[in-house]
Amino acid sequence: MSESAAPAFPPSTPIPSGKLGMWVFLSSEIMLFGAFISAYIVLRMGSPDFGVPSEEILGRPLATMNTFLLILSSFTMVLALAAIQRDDRRSFARNMISTLGLGVLFLCVKMFEYHHKISEGLTISSGLFGSFYFTLTGLHALHIIGGLVFNGYILRNGLRGRYNAQHHERVEYAGLYWHFVDLVWVILFPMFYLV
Amino acid sequence: MNDEHRQKSFWRTYVFSLDHKVIGLQYLFTSMAFLLLGFAFILLMRWQLAFPGRPLPLIGGLLPDAIAPGGVMLPALYNQLGAMHGTIMIFLGVVPLGVGFFGNYFLPLQIGAPDMAFPRLNMSSYWVYALGGVVMLLSFVLPGGPAQSGWTSYPPLSVVNPGQTVWLLGMTFLITSSLLGSINFIVTTVNLRAPGLTWRRLPLFVWAQLITAVLLLFAFPVLQSGAILQLLDRVAGTSFYIPMGLVVGGKMLERAGGGSPLLWQHLFWFLAHPEVYVLVLPAMGIVSEIIAANTRKPLFGYTTMVGSMVFVGVFSFLVWAHHMFVSGMKTSLSMFFMTTTMVISIPSVAILSCLLFSLWGGKIRFTVPMLFALAFLPMFGIGGLTGLPLGFLPTDIYLHDTYYVIGHFHYVVVTGTIIALMAGVYHWFPKMFGRFMDDRLGKIHFWGTLVGMNGIFMPMFIQGLAGMQRRLYDPTVQSHNLTTQFLSPYQLASAILLLLFQFPFLYNFFKSMTKGAVARENPWDATTLEWACPSPPPHGNFTSVPAAHRAPYEYSVPGRPKDFWPQWEKN
Ligand code: HEM
Ligand SMILES: [Cu+2]
Repeated sequence: MSESAAPAFPPSTPIPSGKLGMWVFLSSEIMLFGAFISAYIVLRMGSPDFGVPSEEILGRPLATMNTFLLILSSFTMVLALAAIQRDDRRSFARNMISTLGLGVLFLCVKMFEYHHKISEGLTISSGLFGSFYFTLTGLHALHIIGGLVFNGYILRNGLRGRYNAQHHERVEYAGLYWHFVDLVWVILFPMFYLV
Repeated sequence: MNDEHRQKSFWRTYVFSLDHKVIGLQYLFTSMAFLLLGFAFILLMRWQLAFPGRPLPLIGGLLPDAIAPGGVMLPALYNQLGAMHGTIMIFLGVVPLGVGFFGNYFLPLQIGAPDMAFPRLNMSSYWVYALGGVVMLLSFVLPGGPAQSGWTSYPPLSVVNPGQTVWLLGMTFLITSSLLGSINFIVTTVNLRAPGLTWRRLPLFVWAQLITAVLLLFAFPVLQSGAILQLLDRVAGTSFYIPMGLVVGGKMLERAGGGSPLLWQHLFWFLAHPEVYVLVLPAMGIVSEIIAANTRKPLFGYTTMVGSMVFVGVFSFLVWAHHMFVSGMKTSLSMFFMTTTMVISIPSVAILSCLLFSLWGGKIRFTVPMLFALAFLPMFGIGGLTGLPLGFLPTDIYLHDTYYVIGHFHYVVVTGTIIALMAGVYHWFPKMFGRFMDDRLGKIHFWGTLVGMNGIFMPMFIQGLAGMQRRLYDPTVQSHNLTTQFLSPYQLASAILLLLFQFPFLYNFFKSMTKGAVARENPWDATTLEWACPSPPPHGNFTSVPAAHRAPYEYSVPGRPKDFWPQWEKN
């Protein structure tokens, strides 16, 4: 049977399938990070040999700045979506580029932090704190990289004129993902640096 | 456009197809192959249990000396076969069959959809699954061999044993595949239902698949996180599961330590208890469809059954530590999990009772699928009832890690779920291929299978009660096992019987695909939407958009000329 002769099946809810799929996916991500975070809490409270490093090794100010960068990138993402919704392509592109730039900056600071900690003797195998720190922030960094790829794809498509005031679902999905990744960091930051 | 579409290459049609039916069949054939492989492993193990220390017949001489000198399997091989049997049966066999095949093929048809919501994602979930299978198989030829710490992979053993890294890698693929699949199932069910197919008109099979997908979605990421921690313990020198000062083989492990092996047990069972409902819910859905169609009356208690399934789904996340009663948990925690376990058995009993009451006063047609579905009821019942003493703290302390547990879960998964999956294959075969399977061969398959399965698993309760531990390479080294050792050869014989009786099935299946009696669109005079499309359904499934006008099981409605009133018929 040809595509054109296929009957038109109406969706049964007004929510687009892509958006629904993104929410379902993010709920499984919550479980993934939730399990890691629970493991961290259980061992940190329960294990006598957890070994929390000194403030100097932790480098709180730099991490605070990094947190700020990421929150800012969530903000520019919101602006990018708002821009495309009113068909302002220039502002869309500007804000998407800022989002990407801030994400890359976050990773650079992270690399610097890793380098500093490793040179101070805090590594993935030096003790439970280090293990959890590198595992969780590493996993988060992978999610950031995934977000950068996703956002880059959105920017490319946007520059080619694929999105406009009527069609911008994918921009929204990318936004949902990006906000989620930021939210994870907002939970990880106090967990490792503040308490 | 038209021609281009028709002349899709062989590869696009059969291998990298986006059609949910082709993907479903790929799952069917792959998981059947894995079920046979897992079965072959257990035959070897049962030989060792029946005749410890005697060389394996037939293939013993072919095995390399490193794993089976003189044809006698070494303990390491026994452990490898055991770990891979469990892994293959659960993650590569039963779940891909019950969810990957049945869900993929029949969920879109039953909700009147042209395909899944995300066909490309659907194709990737099959291929990621296949890749996971290949990785698991590769472990047999890689140095270190396959995993040997059981399907539960408890540390610290799993952290120091060889082979486990490949297992963790394989599991990562299988988990990813399940996640992609469950996203697809959930979105499809929510968004692609035919006009008029409200939640209260949804067939029970669809409900079961939906709840299963939600369980996979929430449970598997937790195992994934546990697996990542275990992988890091193996390759990156972390000590998430390694306590301080652990001694292995007389030497102290050079690790920072401080971790807890119990952490893994919690993360693992948080997945693995919901996983047992992932195994059984699709089976309940299938049995419901078959019982409705073959009793010619509406199912008893549709709402109760939906409610019970939802309840089981939610509660299955609150009972996991009943697998850990002897791990040294606090008594208060044990009490909590004992209570939740007793509570969760109520809805299971409710579902089973509804199915049983559905038989009452029905004009039962004893077709082959119906025979299997009927057998499911008492067999699953035995499995469920034997679970109660395990969920009850004082009795579990005695029964834990004995063959009684093995008997319990094989009754639920094998005589329960696998019997139901076989029922489903016979029931929907005419839809898939437009032909019937042979009745007589089907009955031979049924009786042989039923006898074989019970012959293997029933003695396990006796052995377990007599104190025989699971995972024993040679049970005769413990003198208390000698009293029940005489049962083992009978179990081996039953296993061989079970194997032999699968050949009529395989022959029947492949022969009937092309040679069976031709079946109509709706050969069982059933009511749900999958029977509205041609058999086999074409690409896109339905020739016009179907609509649902009524509840799913309107059989023998008074005043109607026929004894079934399909959902899609307007009046
Ligand atoms: C209906 C009530 C059920 C209860 C009260 C129950 C209870 C239990 C308990 C307490 C255990 C742990 C025993 C031990 O290790 O000491 C257990 C093991 C198990 N159950 Fe059940 N169960 C029930 C139903 C089911 C169902 C429906 C399935 C699967 C479809 C299932 C599959 C399993 C499996 C696979 C194991 C063993 C896992 C292992 O240790 O390798 N159970 N059950
Ligand atoms: Cu359980």
